[in-house]
Amino acid sequence: MIPARGPREDAASERLLVVDPRAETFRDARIGELPFLLRPDDLLVLNDAATLPASLAGRGPRGEPIEARLLGELASGTFRAVLLGPGDWRQRTEDRAAPARVEAGDRLAFAGLSATVERVSRISLRLIELRFDRSGADFWLALYRAGRPVQYAYTSRPIELWQVQVAYASRPWAVEMPSAGRPLRWDLLLALRARGTRFARVTHAAGLSSTGDAALDAALPLPERFEIPPGTVEAVASAHRAGGRVIAVGTSVARALEGAAQGGVLIEGTGETDLVIGPGYRPRVVDGLLTGTHEPSASHFALLHAFAPAALLARASEHAERAGYLTHEFGDSWLVLPRSTA
Amino acid sequence: MELKGKGALVTGASKGLGAALAAELARVGARIALVARGAGELSRVAAEIRATGGEAHALPANVADKRAAHAIAGSAAALVGPIELLIHNASTLGPVPLRLLLDTDCEDLDHVLEVNLVGPFRLTKIVAGAMALRGSGLVLHVSSDAAVAAYPRWGAYGVSKAAQDHLSRILAAELSPAGVRFLSVDPGEMDTEMHAAAMPDADRAALPAPAAVARRIASMIRQAERIENGARLEAGSWKEAG
Repeated sequence: MIPARGPREDAASERLLVVDPRAETFRDARIGELPFLLRPDDLLVLNDAATLPASLAGRGPRGEPIEARLLGELASGTFRAVLLGPGDWRQRTEDRAAPARVEAGDRLAFAGLSATVERVSRISLRLIELRFDRSGADFWLALYRAGRPVQYAYTSRPIELWQVQVAYASRPWAVEMPSAGRPLRWDLLLALRARGTRFARVTHAAGLSSTGDAALDAALPLPERFEIPPGTVEAVASAHRAGGRVIAVGTSVARALEGAAQGGVLIEGTGETDLVIGPGYRPRVVDGLLTGTHEPSASHFALLHAFAPAALLARASEHAERAGYLTHEFGDSWLVLPRSTA
Repeated sequence: MELKGKGALVTGASKGLGAALAAELARVGARIALVARGAGELSRVAAEIRATGGEAHALPANVADKRAAHAIAGSAAALVGPIELLIHNASTLGPVPLRLLLDTDCEDLDHVLEVNLVGPFRLTKIVAGAMALRGSGLVLHVSSDAAVAAYPRWGAYGVSKAAQDHLSRILAAELSPAGVRFLSVDPGEMDTEMHAAAMPDADRAALPAPAAVARRIASMIRQAERIENGARLEAGSWKEAG
Protein backbone atom coordinates (compact mmCIF):
# COMPACT_ATOMS: atom_id res chain seq x y z
CA MET A 1 0.00 0.00 0.00
CA ILE A 2 1.06 3.60 -0.55
CA PRO A 3 1.85 5.92 2.39
CA ALA A 4 0.31 9.38 2.66
CA ARG A 5 3.35 11.56 2.19
CA GLY A 6 2.47 14.17 4.80
CA PRO A 7 -0.27 16.03 6.67
CA ARG A 8 -3.46 16.54 4.70
CA GLU A 9 -5.63 19.64 4.42
CA ASP A 10 -9.17 18.33 4.76
CA ALA A 11 -9.40 15.70 7.46
CA ALA A 12 -13.16 15.19 7.06
CA SER A 13 -12.74 13.99 3.48
CA GLU A 14 -10.09 11.38 4.31
CA ARG A 15 -11.18 7.84 3.60
CA LEU A 16 -12.60 5.51 6.20
CA LEU A 17 -13.11 1.80 5.64
CA VAL A 18 -15.96 0.60 7.81
CA VAL A 19 -15.50 -3.04 8.75
CA ASP A 20 -18.54 -4.76 10.25
CA PRO A 21 -17.68 -8.14 11.81
CA ARG A 22 -21.33 -8.97 12.56
CA ALA A 23 -22.49 -8.65 8.96
CA GLU A 24 -19.03 -9.79 7.74
CA THR A 25 -18.99 -6.82 5.35
CA PHE A 26 -17.02 -3.66 4.77
CA ARG A 27 -17.74 -0.45 2.92
CA ASP A 28 -16.07 2.81 1.90
CA ALA A 29 -16.87 5.98 3.83
CA ARG A 30 -15.24 9.27 4.82
CA ILE A 31 -14.01 10.42 8.24
CA GLY A 32 -16.67 13.15 8.18
CA GLU A 33 -19.37 10.44 8.29
CA LEU A 34 -18.27 9.22 11.74
CA PRO A 35 -21.13 10.94 13.56
CA PHE A 36 -23.57 8.83 11.51
CA LEU A 37 -21.59 5.63 11.93
CA LEU A 38 -21.49 5.78 15.71
CA ARG A 39 -24.55 5.73 17.93
CA PRO A 40 -25.61 8.03 20.74
CA ASP A 41 -24.27 6.50 23.97
CA ASP A 42 -21.20 5.10 22.21
CA LEU A 43 -18.02 6.07 24.02
CA LEU A 44 -15.00 7.19 22.05
CA VAL A 45 -11.78 6.78 24.06
CA LEU A 46 -8.88 8.95 22.92
CA ASN A 47 -5.20 9.09 23.80
CA ASP A 48 -4.48 12.67 24.87
CA ALA A 49 -0.67 12.30 24.86
CA ALA A 50 1.14 15.11 23.07
CA THR A 51 4.00 14.04 20.84
CA LEU A 52 7.50 14.65 22.17
CA PRO A 53 10.33 16.22 20.23
CA ALA A 54 11.82 12.76 20.81
CA SER A 55 14.56 12.76 18.19
CA LEU A 56 17.87 14.28 19.31
CA ALA A 57 20.79 14.63 16.93
CA GLY A 58 24.14 14.71 18.65
CA ARG A 59 27.59 13.26 19.13
CA GLY A 60 28.73 10.09 20.85
CA PRO A 61 31.64 9.77 23.30
CA ARG A 62 34.25 9.88 20.49
CA GLY A 63 32.52 12.59 18.50
CA GLU A 64 30.67 10.20 16.18
CA PRO A 65 27.28 11.42 14.92
CA ILE A 66 24.31 9.69 16.57
CA GLU A 67 20.58 10.12 16.92
CA ALA A 68 18.87 9.32 20.20
CA ARG A 69 15.13 8.64 20.15
CA LEU A 70 13.61 9.05 23.58
CA LEU A 71 11.15 6.33 24.54
CA GLY A 72 9.94 7.99 27.71
CA GLU A 73 10.86 8.93 31.22
CA LEU A 74 11.37 6.21 33.82
CA ALA A 75 10.49 6.49 37.49
CA SER A 76 14.20 6.92 38.28
CA GLY A 77 14.29 10.20 36.29
CA THR A 78 16.30 8.63 33.47
CA PHE A 79 15.04 8.32 29.92
CA ARG A 80 14.90 5.10 27.94
CA ALA A 81 16.30 5.78 24.47
CA VAL A 82 17.24 4.03 21.25
CA LEU A 83 20.42 5.04 19.43
CA LEU A 84 20.73 5.25 15.65
CA GLY A 85 23.85 5.85 13.57
CA PRO A 86 24.50 8.68 11.12
CA GLY A 87 21.80 9.51 8.59
CA ASP A 88 18.81 11.73 8.13
CA TRP A 89 15.06 11.63 7.74
CA ARG A 90 15.21 10.56 4.09
CA GLN A 91 16.60 7.16 5.09
CA ARG A 92 14.33 4.41 6.32
CA THR A 93 15.08 3.50 9.92
CA GLU A 94 16.06 -0.02 8.88
CA ASP A 95 18.61 1.36 6.38
CA ARG A 96 20.35 3.58 8.92
CA ALA A 97 23.90 2.67 9.92
CA ALA A 98 24.31 1.13 13.34
CA PRO A 99 25.35 3.63 15.99
CA ALA A 100 28.78 3.61 17.57
CA ARG A 101 28.79 1.33 20.58
CA VAL A 102 28.27 3.07 23.91
CA GLU A 103 28.82 1.90 27.47
CA ALA A 104 27.56 2.97 30.84
CA GLY A 105 29.32 6.19 31.83
CA ASP A 106 29.71 7.48 28.24
CA ARG A 107 28.68 11.06 27.56
CA LEU A 108 26.36 12.06 24.71
CA ALA A 109 26.22 15.71 23.55
CA PHE A 110 23.19 17.28 21.88
CA ALA A 111 22.52 20.93 20.99
CA GLY A 112 22.40 22.69 24.34
CA LEU A 113 21.82 19.45 26.23
CA SER A 114 24.03 16.57 27.31
CA ALA A 115 23.50 13.23 28.99
CA THR A 116 25.27 10.27 30.54
CA VAL A 117 24.57 6.68 29.54
CA GLU A 118 23.45 4.98 32.75
CA ARG A 119 22.69 1.51 31.43
CA VAL A 120 22.82 -0.50 28.23
CA SER A 121 20.04 -3.05 27.72
CA ARG A 122 20.58 -6.78 27.38
CA ILE A 123 18.02 -6.83 24.55
CA SER A 124 20.12 -4.60 22.30
CA LEU A 125 23.24 -2.48 22.62
CA ARG A 126 21.23 0.35 21.06
CA LEU A 127 18.66 0.43 23.85
CA ILE A 128 19.98 2.57 26.69
CA GLU A 129 19.02 4.62 29.69
CA LEU A 130 20.12 8.24 29.65
CA ARG A 131 20.44 10.72 32.47
CA PHE A 132 20.32 14.32 31.26
CA ASP A 133 22.42 17.03 32.92
CA ARG A 134 19.42 19.31 33.32
CA SER A 135 16.18 18.71 35.15
CA GLY A 136 12.78 20.30 35.60
CA ALA A 137 11.87 23.36 33.53
CA ASP A 138 15.47 23.72 32.27
CA PHE A 139 15.41 20.19 30.88
CA TRP A 140 12.04 20.52 29.16
CA LEU A 141 12.82 23.82 27.44
CA ALA A 142 16.23 22.46 26.35
CA LEU A 143 14.57 19.30 25.00
CA TYR A 144 12.08 21.32 22.95
CA ARG A 145 14.98 23.41 21.58
CA ALA A 146 17.23 20.45 20.75
CA GLY A 147 14.68 17.83 19.75
CA ARG A 148 12.57 17.26 16.67
CA PRO A 149 9.72 14.86 16.17
CA VAL A 150 10.71 11.39 14.99
CA GLN A 151 10.88 11.60 11.19
CA TYR A 152 9.55 9.29 8.49
CA ALA A 153 11.42 8.49 5.27
CA TYR A 154 8.18 8.40 3.26
CA THR A 155 7.16 12.05 3.84
CA SER A 156 7.76 14.61 1.11
CA ARG A 157 9.48 16.99 3.54
CA PRO A 158 10.60 17.00 7.19
CA ILE A 159 7.78 16.91 9.73
CA GLU A 160 7.41 19.71 12.27
CA LEU A 161 6.29 19.20 15.85
CA TRP A 162 2.91 20.89 15.35
CA GLN A 163 2.12 18.48 12.52
CA VAL A 164 2.27 15.46 14.81
CA GLN A 165 -0.07 16.66 17.56
CA VAL A 166 -3.65 15.50 17.92
CA ALA A 167 -6.26 18.24 18.43
CA TYR A 168 -6.67 17.37 22.12
CA ALA A 169 -3.05 16.80 23.13
CA SER A 170 -2.04 17.40 26.75
CA ARG A 171 1.10 15.99 28.41
CA PRO A 172 4.06 15.18 26.13
CA TRP A 173 4.29 11.42 26.59
CA ALA A 174 4.13 10.00 23.08
CA VAL A 175 7.32 9.14 21.20
CA GLU A 176 5.33 9.08 17.98
CA MET A 177 1.95 10.65 17.29
CA PRO A 178 -1.06 8.57 18.44
CA SER A 179 -2.01 8.83 14.79
CA ALA A 180 -5.46 7.21 14.80
CA GLY A 181 -6.69 10.46 16.37
CA ARG A 182 -5.01 12.69 13.81
CA PRO A 183 -8.09 13.16 11.54
CA LEU A 184 -10.32 14.03 14.52
CA ARG A 185 -10.59 17.80 14.37
CA TRP A 186 -12.86 19.74 16.71
CA ASP A 187 -15.50 20.34 14.05
CA LEU A 188 -15.99 16.58 13.93
CA LEU A 189 -15.59 15.99 17.68
CA LEU A 190 -18.25 18.61 18.48
CA ALA A 191 -20.58 17.09 15.85
CA LEU A 192 -20.10 13.69 17.52
CA ARG A 193 -20.77 15.22 20.93
CA ALA A 194 -23.90 16.96 19.66
CA ARG A 195 -25.27 13.57 18.52
CA GLY A 196 -24.71 12.07 21.94
CA THR A 197 -21.39 10.28 21.53
CA ARG A 198 -19.40 10.50 24.76
CA PHE A 199 -15.67 10.97 25.09
CA ALA A 200 -13.17 9.63 27.56
CA ARG A 201 -9.41 9.75 27.61
CA VAL A 202 -6.37 7.77 28.48
CA THR A 203 -2.81 9.00 28.32
CA HIS A 204 -0.57 6.40 26.74
CA ALA A 205 3.10 6.84 25.92
CA ALA A 206 2.80 5.50 22.39
CA GLY A 207 6.22 4.09 21.56
CA LEU A 208 8.42 3.71 18.52
CA SER A 209 7.00 1.80 15.57
CA SER A 210 10.43 0.52 14.54
CA THR A 211 14.04 0.95 15.61
CA GLY A 212 16.02 -0.56 12.73
CA ASP A 213 17.48 -3.23 15.00
CA ALA A 214 16.01 -6.70 14.41
CA ALA A 215 16.58 -7.87 17.99
CA LEU A 216 14.96 -4.77 19.38
CA ASP A 217 12.10 -4.69 16.88
CA ALA A 218 11.33 -8.29 17.86
CA ALA A 219 11.02 -7.11 21.48
CA LEU A 220 8.54 -4.32 20.62
CA PRO A 221 6.36 -3.08 22.12
CA LEU A 222 8.51 -2.26 25.12
CA PRO A 223 6.55 -1.58 28.30
CA GLU A 224 4.68 1.70 27.73
CA ARG A 225 3.43 4.03 30.44
CA PHE A 226 -0.28 4.77 30.66
CA GLU A 227 -2.78 6.53 32.88
CA ILE A 228 -6.47 5.73 33.16
CA PRO A 229 -8.32 8.60 34.90
CA PRO A 230 -11.19 7.74 37.26
CA GLY A 231 -13.66 9.46 34.88
CA THR A 232 -12.76 6.99 32.15
CA VAL A 233 -13.55 3.98 34.33
CA GLU A 234 -16.96 5.52 35.11
CA ALA A 235 -17.57 6.43 31.46
CA VAL A 236 -16.80 2.88 30.28
CA ALA A 237 -19.12 1.39 32.90
CA SER A 238 -21.92 3.81 32.13
CA ALA A 239 -21.58 3.32 28.35
CA HIS A 240 -21.85 -0.44 28.76
CA ARG A 241 -24.81 -0.05 31.14
CA ALA A 242 -26.61 2.18 28.63
CA GLY A 243 -26.03 -0.26 25.77
CA GLY A 244 -23.33 1.94 24.23
CA ARG A 245 -20.11 0.59 22.78
CA VAL A 246 -16.56 1.47 23.71
CA ILE A 247 -14.58 2.51 20.64
CA ALA A 248 -10.82 2.82 21.15
CA VAL A 249 -9.16 5.44 18.97
CA GLY A 250 -5.93 3.73 18.07
CA THR A 251 -4.09 0.63 19.12
CA SER A 252 -2.39 2.53 21.96
CA VAL A 253 -5.79 3.19 23.56
CA ALA A 254 -6.81 -0.43 23.09
CA ARG A 255 -3.58 -1.58 24.75
CA ALA A 256 -3.93 0.89 27.64
CA LEU A 257 -7.57 -0.05 28.33
CA GLU A 258 -7.01 -3.79 28.00
CA GLY A 259 -3.72 -3.55 29.90
CA ALA A 260 -5.54 -1.84 32.79
CA ALA A 261 -8.25 -4.51 32.79
CA GLN A 262 -6.08 -7.60 33.10
CA GLY A 263 -7.64 -8.36 36.48
CA GLY A 264 -11.00 -8.68 34.72
CA VAL A 265 -12.29 -5.16 35.32
CA LEU A 266 -10.95 -1.80 34.22
CA ILE A 267 -9.17 0.00 37.02
CA GLU A 268 -8.03 3.60 37.25
CA GLY A 269 -4.46 4.64 37.84
CA THR A 270 -1.08 4.59 36.17
CA GLY A 271 0.87 1.61 35.01
CA GLU A 272 2.97 0.14 32.26
CA THR A 273 1.82 -2.37 29.72
CA ASP A 274 3.59 -4.63 27.29
CA LEU A 275 0.34 -6.40 26.49
CA VAL A 276 0.25 -7.71 22.93
CA ILE A 277 -3.25 -7.97 21.50
CA GLY A 278 -3.64 -10.32 18.57
CA PRO A 279 -5.51 -13.35 17.23
CA GLY A 280 -7.29 -15.21 20.03
CA TYR A 281 -7.24 -12.30 22.48
CA ARG A 282 -10.69 -11.63 23.93
CA PRO A 283 -11.09 -7.90 24.66
CA ARG A 284 -12.54 -7.14 28.10
CA VAL A 285 -13.26 -3.43 27.65
CA VAL A 286 -12.91 -2.39 24.02
CA ASP A 287 -15.77 -3.20 21.64
CA GLY A 288 -14.56 -1.49 18.47
CA LEU A 289 -11.63 0.36 17.04
CA LEU A 290 -10.86 3.44 14.97
CA THR A 291 -7.38 2.94 13.59
CA GLY A 292 -5.06 3.76 10.73
CA THR A 293 -4.74 1.72 7.56
CA HIS A 294 -2.06 -0.88 8.26
CA GLU A 295 -0.22 -3.34 6.06
CA PRO A 296 -1.38 -6.92 6.83
CA SER A 297 2.19 -7.66 7.98
CA ALA A 298 2.20 -4.89 10.64
CA SER A 299 1.79 -5.60 14.36
CA HIS A 300 -1.01 -3.03 14.43
CA PHE A 301 -2.86 -5.19 11.91
CA ALA A 302 -2.40 -8.27 14.09
CA LEU A 303 -4.28 -6.40 16.82
CA LEU A 304 -7.34 -6.16 14.55
CA HIS A 305 -7.67 -9.95 14.72
CA ALA A 306 -8.93 -9.61 18.28
CA PHE A 307 -11.87 -7.63 16.88
CA ALA A 308 -12.78 -9.21 13.53
CA PRO A 309 -12.44 -12.59 11.76
CA ALA A 310 -9.24 -13.12 9.79
CA ALA A 311 -11.05 -13.84 6.51
CA LEU A 312 -12.98 -10.56 6.69
CA LEU A 313 -9.82 -8.62 7.54
CA ALA A 314 -7.99 -10.20 4.61
CA ARG A 315 -10.80 -9.27 2.21
CA ALA A 316 -10.98 -5.74 3.63
CA SER A 317 -7.24 -5.34 3.27
CA GLU A 318 -7.27 -6.51 -0.35
CA HIS A 319 -10.01 -3.98 -1.03
CA ALA A 320 -8.09 -1.17 0.72
CA GLU A 321 -5.04 -1.97 -1.40
CA ARG A 322 -7.03 -2.04 -4.64
CA ALA A 323 -9.00 1.08 -3.79
CA GLY A 324 -5.81 3.04 -3.01
CA TYR A 325 -6.22 3.56 0.72
CA LEU A 326 -3.16 5.41 2.05
CA THR A 327 -1.16 4.01 4.96
CA HIS A 328 1.08 5.22 7.78
CA GLU A 329 0.85 8.19 10.15
CA PHE A 330 -0.95 10.55 7.77
CA GLY A 331 -2.97 7.86 6.00
CA ASP A 332 -6.62 6.79 5.79
CA SER A 333 -8.54 5.11 8.58
CA TRP A 334 -10.48 1.98 9.41
CA LEU A 335 -13.44 1.75 11.74
CA VAL A 336 -13.81 -1.79 13.04
CA LEU A 337 -17.33 -1.95 14.44
CA PRO A 338 -18.18 -4.03 17.50
CA ARG A 339 -18.93 -7.72 17.10
CA SER A 340 -22.00 -7.65 19.31
CA THR A 341 -24.58 -4.94 19.87
CA ALA A 342 -23.06 -4.29 23.30
CA MET B 1 -13.18 25.99 39.72
CA GLU B 2 -11.32 24.25 42.50
CA LEU B 3 -7.65 25.20 42.19
CA LYS B 4 -5.97 22.77 44.56
CA GLY B 5 -3.63 20.45 42.67
CA LYS B 6 -4.61 21.88 39.26
CA GLY B 7 -2.08 22.73 36.58
CA ALA B 8 -2.01 26.43 35.64
CA LEU B 9 -0.01 28.34 33.05
CA VAL B 10 0.47 32.09 33.60
CA THR B 11 2.15 34.29 30.97
CA GLY B 12 3.83 37.58 31.75
CA ALA B 13 4.53 36.15 35.20
CA SER B 14 7.86 37.84 35.97
CA LYS B 15 6.33 41.04 37.38
CA GLY B 16 3.22 43.08 38.09
CA LEU B 17 -0.16 41.37 37.92
CA GLY B 18 1.24 38.15 36.40
CA ALA B 19 3.67 37.57 39.26
CA ALA B 20 0.96 38.42 41.81
CA LEU B 21 -1.52 36.04 40.13
CA ALA B 22 1.03 33.22 40.04
CA ALA B 23 1.74 33.70 43.75
CA GLU B 24 -1.95 33.90 44.68
CA LEU B 25 -2.90 30.79 42.68
CA ALA B 26 0.05 28.86 44.13
CA ARG B 27 -1.01 29.97 47.61
CA VAL B 28 -4.38 28.24 47.13
CA GLY B 29 -2.70 25.06 45.90
CA ALA B 30 -2.48 25.32 42.10
CA ARG B 31 0.67 24.01 40.41
CA ILE B 32 2.04 26.90 38.36
CA ALA B 33 4.12 27.14 35.21
CA LEU B 34 5.31 30.73 34.79
CA VAL B 35 6.24 32.23 31.43
CA ALA B 36 8.02 35.50 30.67
CA ARG B 37 10.96 36.65 28.56
CA GLY B 38 13.25 37.72 31.40
CA ALA B 39 14.81 34.55 32.82
CA GLY B 40 16.36 36.24 35.87
CA GLU B 41 13.25 37.97 37.15
CA LEU B 42 11.12 34.93 36.35
CA SER B 43 13.30 32.53 38.34
CA ARG B 44 13.22 34.94 41.25
CA VAL B 45 9.40 35.01 41.24
CA ALA B 46 9.27 31.19 40.99
CA ALA B 47 11.81 30.83 43.82
CA GLU B 48 9.75 33.16 46.05
CA ILE B 49 6.65 31.04 45.43
CA ARG B 50 8.53 27.84 46.24
CA ALA B 51 9.96 29.43 49.39
CA THR B 52 6.40 29.87 50.68
CA GLY B 53 5.53 26.24 49.97
CA GLY B 54 3.95 26.65 46.53
CA GLU B 55 4.79 24.81 43.32
CA ALA B 56 6.24 27.01 40.58
CA HIS B 57 8.33 26.34 37.46
CA ALA B 58 9.99 29.14 35.49
CA LEU B 59 9.76 28.79 31.68
CA PRO B 60 11.65 31.70 30.15
CA ALA B 61 10.11 32.15 26.68
CA ASN B 62 8.49 34.72 24.44
CA VAL B 63 4.77 34.19 23.79
CA ALA B 64 5.11 36.05 20.49
CA ASP B 65 7.63 33.48 19.24
CA LYS B 66 5.83 31.00 17.03
CA ARG B 67 8.50 28.34 17.60
CA ALA B 68 8.13 28.60 21.38
CA ALA B 69 4.42 27.75 21.55
CA HIS B 70 4.72 23.96 21.76
CA ALA B 71 7.76 24.26 24.03
CA ILE B 72 5.76 26.39 26.48
CA ALA B 73 2.61 24.26 26.46
CA GLY B 74 4.42 20.91 26.39
CA SER B 75 6.94 21.81 29.10
CA ALA B 76 4.19 23.22 31.30
CA ALA B 77 2.04 20.09 31.00
CA ALA B 78 5.07 17.87 31.64
CA LEU B 79 5.85 19.83 34.81
CA VAL B 80 2.44 20.62 36.35
CA GLY B 81 0.14 18.10 34.67
CA PRO B 82 -2.76 18.78 32.32
CA ILE B 83 -3.31 22.56 32.07
CA GLU B 84 -6.69 23.34 33.63
CA LEU B 85 -6.17 27.08 33.82
CA LEU B 86 -4.50 29.23 31.19
CA ILE B 87 -3.98 32.90 32.00
CA HIS B 88 -3.02 35.20 29.14
CA ASN B 89 -1.49 38.08 31.06
CA ALA B 90 1.62 38.90 28.99
CA SER B 91 1.11 41.99 26.89
CA THR B 92 2.91 44.94 25.41
CA LEU B 93 1.88 48.58 25.00
CA GLY B 94 4.03 48.97 21.91
CA PRO B 95 6.44 51.93 21.79
CA VAL B 96 6.23 54.38 24.70
CA PRO B 97 5.58 57.27 25.02
CA LEU B 98 2.28 56.14 23.51
CA ARG B 99 1.56 57.66 20.13
CA LEU B 100 -1.32 58.49 17.81
CA LEU B 101 -2.29 55.76 15.38
CA LEU B 102 -1.19 57.87 12.40
CA ASP B 103 2.26 58.06 13.99
CA THR B 104 2.36 54.30 14.72
CA ASP B 105 4.55 52.21 12.43
CA CYS B 106 2.73 49.28 10.87
CA GLU B 107 5.48 47.00 12.19
CA ASP B 108 4.78 48.22 15.73
CA LEU B 109 1.07 47.44 15.37
CA ASP B 110 2.06 44.04 13.99
CA HIS B 111 4.25 43.38 17.00
CA VAL B 112 1.57 44.43 19.50
CA LEU B 113 -0.94 42.11 17.81
CA GLU B 114 1.61 39.29 17.80
CA VAL B 115 2.21 39.58 21.56
CA ASN B 116 -1.30 40.44 22.72
CA LEU B 117 -3.47 38.48 20.29
CA VAL B 118 -1.76 35.93 18.04
CA GLY B 119 0.60 34.54 20.71
CA PRO B 120 -2.25 33.90 23.16
CA PHE B 121 -4.33 32.41 20.34
CA ARG B 122 -1.52 29.97 19.53
CA LEU B 123 -1.24 28.82 23.14
CA THR B 124 -5.02 28.48 23.48
CA LYS B 125 -5.10 26.41 20.31
CA ILE B 126 -2.58 24.00 21.80
CA VAL B 127 -4.06 23.86 25.31
CA ALA B 128 -7.84 24.19 24.95
CA GLY B 129 -8.40 21.02 22.89
CA ALA B 130 -7.35 18.86 25.83
CA MET B 131 -9.64 20.95 28.07
CA ALA B 132 -12.53 20.27 25.68
CA LEU B 133 -11.79 16.54 25.75
CA ARG B 134 -11.80 16.60 29.58
CA GLY B 135 -14.95 18.75 29.56
CA SER B 136 -13.44 21.34 31.88
CA GLY B 137 -10.92 24.15 31.98
CA LEU B 138 -10.69 27.92 32.00
CA VAL B 139 -8.87 30.35 29.75
CA LEU B 140 -8.63 33.84 31.21
CA HIS B 141 -7.61 36.86 29.16
CA VAL B 142 -6.33 39.89 31.03
CA SER B 143 -8.04 42.80 29.28
CA SER B 144 -8.07 46.55 29.79
CA ASP B 145 -10.56 49.40 29.70
CA ALA B 146 -8.64 50.46 26.58
CA ALA B 147 -10.42 47.52 24.89
CA VAL B 148 -13.74 49.32 25.32
CA ALA B 149 -13.03 53.06 25.52
CA ALA B 150 -11.31 54.79 22.58
CA TYR B 151 -8.44 56.57 24.31
CA PRO B 152 -6.30 58.69 21.99
CA ARG B 153 -2.71 57.30 21.84
CA TRP B 154 -3.74 53.86 23.10
CA GLY B 155 -4.49 52.67 19.55
CA ALA B 156 -2.27 49.64 19.01
CA TYR B 157 -2.81 48.33 22.53
CA GLY B 158 -6.57 49.11 22.56
CA VAL B 159 -7.12 47.41 19.20
CA SER B 160 -5.26 44.29 20.37
CA LYS B 161 -7.21 44.12 23.63
CA ALA B 162 -10.59 44.64 21.91
CA ALA B 163 -9.70 41.81 19.52
CA GLN B 164 -8.63 39.64 22.46
CA ASP B 165 -11.97 40.27 24.21
CA HIS B 166 -13.79 39.14 21.09
CA LEU B 167 -11.49 36.15 20.67
CA SER B 168 -12.52 35.12 24.17
CA ARG B 169 -16.25 35.53 23.38
CA ILE B 170 -16.09 33.55 20.14
CA LEU B 171 -14.06 30.75 21.73
CA ALA B 172 -16.71 30.62 24.48
CA ALA B 173 -19.49 30.37 21.89
CA GLU B 174 -17.67 27.56 20.09
CA LEU B 175 -16.50 25.54 23.09
CA SER B 176 -19.31 26.02 25.62
CA PRO B 177 -20.85 22.66 24.64
CA ALA B 178 -17.51 21.00 25.44
CA GLY B 179 -17.36 22.59 28.90
CA VAL B 180 -14.41 24.94 28.36
CA ARG B 181 -14.82 28.39 29.91
CA PHE B 182 -13.40 31.72 28.77
CA LEU B 183 -13.27 35.01 30.64
CA SER B 184 -11.87 38.47 29.95
CA VAL B 185 -10.98 40.46 33.02
CA ASP B 186 -10.21 44.16 33.10
CA PRO B 187 -7.98 44.44 36.17
CA GLY B 188 -8.35 48.23 36.35
CA GLU B 189 -5.50 50.58 37.07
CA MET B 190 -2.68 49.12 39.17
CA ASP B 191 0.71 50.17 40.37
CA THR B 192 2.81 48.30 37.78
CA GLU B 193 5.80 49.00 35.58
CA MET B 194 3.49 48.96 32.58
CA HIS B 195 1.23 51.59 34.12
CA ALA B 196 4.23 53.77 34.87
CA ALA B 197 5.46 53.42 31.29
CA ALA B 198 2.07 54.41 29.87
CA MET B 199 1.33 57.18 32.36
CA PRO B 200 4.62 58.39 33.89
CA ASP B 201 2.89 61.31 35.64
CA ALA B 202 0.36 59.21 37.58
CA ASP B 203 0.53 59.14 41.37
CA ARG B 204 1.66 55.56 42.02
CA ALA B 205 0.76 55.69 45.70
CA ALA B 206 -2.91 56.17 44.78
CA LEU B 207 -3.03 52.97 42.70
CA PRO B 208 -4.00 49.54 44.07
CA ALA B 209 -1.22 46.95 44.41
CA PRO B 210 -1.25 44.04 41.91
CA ALA B 211 -1.56 41.58 44.82
CA ALA B 212 -4.96 43.02 45.80
CA VAL B 213 -6.21 42.74 42.21
CA ALA B 214 -4.80 39.21 41.94
CA ARG B 215 -6.88 38.14 44.95
CA ARG B 216 -10.06 39.38 43.24
CA ILE B 217 -9.20 37.59 40.01
CA ALA B 218 -8.45 34.36 41.92
CA SER B 219 -11.89 34.71 43.50
CA MET B 220 -13.45 35.02 40.01
CA ILE B 221 -11.60 31.89 38.92
CA ARG B 222 -12.89 29.92 41.89
CA GLN B 223 -16.44 30.95 40.94
CA ALA B 224 -16.00 30.68 37.18
CA GLU B 225 -18.81 28.10 36.84
CA ARG B 226 -21.26 30.73 38.04
CA ILE B 227 -20.13 33.35 35.52
CA GLU B 228 -21.60 33.45 32.02
CA ASN B 229 -19.16 31.84 29.60
CA GLY B 230 -17.29 34.43 27.54
CA ALA B 231 -18.14 37.25 29.95
CA ARG B 232 -16.00 40.35 30.35
CA LEU B 233 -15.62 41.39 33.99
CA GLU B 234 -14.05 44.27 35.83
CA ALA B 235 -11.95 43.36 38.83
CA GLY B 236 -12.84 46.69 40.48
CA SER B 237 -16.54 45.86 40.77
CA TRP B 238 -16.11 42.18 41.73
CA LYS B 239 -17.48 41.25 45.13
CA GLU B 240 -15.13 38.73 46.69
CA ALA B 241 -17.16 35.88 48.08
CA GLY B 242 -15.07 32.76 47.63
